[in-house]
Amino acid sequence: MKIDPPQSRGLTAIDGAMALIVILLMVQIWLLSATLESFLAGHREAALPGAVVSGVLFLGCLALYLFVVRIDAEARKG
Amino acid sequence: MKLFRRPSSAPLWQDEFSVFTAGERYVNRRQFTKFLTLTSLAMFVGNLWILARSWFYRAPAYPRRVVARADELAVGGTRIFDYPAAGMSCILVRTATDSWVAYSQKCTHLSCAVYYAKEQDRLECPCHQGFFSIADGAVLQGPPRRPLPRVRLERLGGELIAVRMEGEGA
Repeated sequence: MKIDPPQSRGLTAIDGAMALIVILLMVQIWLLSATLESFLAGHREAALPGAVVSGVLFLGCLALYLFVVRIDAEARKG
Repeated sequence: MKLFRRPSSAPLWQDEFSVFTAGERYVNRRQFTKFLTLTSLAMFVGNLWILARSWFYRAPAYPRRVVARADELAVGGTRIFDYPAAGMSCILVRTATDSWVAYSQKCTHLSCAVYYAKEQDRLECPCHQGFFSIADGAVLQGPPRRPLPRVRLERLGGELIAVRMEGEGA
């Protein structure tokens, strides 16, 4: 099915946001793994920075999700 | 999901097929993005859990316990003992005439029991070929990423006494 240009632009924006979320998520998974390894090795001082950075990454993902929701709503409206 | 429809609402088919084909591309992407964001939330909660564990961590009180007599083992000999509690196996190795080392026997990869390979002079995990240095418990090879927790020993007269664990996680 042919998609008109504005819709196509919306899809491109959503795809870009999704790609960014995937990258943030990969970093977050690595961060959790590294923090856990560090914690299990007895280095408890890494837990706080790990949690802070993970929170920032989550907020980034949330912002991108809200962006996707907004684009979706606009596309449905017209 | 709505259980009852209001009489004045849209036709029934719109309830069952509420999204047009063109809109479906958006819905799929939005749902997948939601899934990714929830996964991100789960990662964050995991980090918060580690933070909470580290805040409420209390260092255990290690008992002093005689693990062997100094002359009991020949050079290269080993002995298994429980420390700091029953069921927590550790391995004592006499590495030289006047040198003894002890480590937790639990591999830091998947908790298999490590053993002392005398010919290679290292501790080996038979499950996934993880090798540890006998000098300090550091990882030499294999999937483990953390060194073996070390049992600090003191020699008092003719006895070897375990006094605490080092490098042990919470």
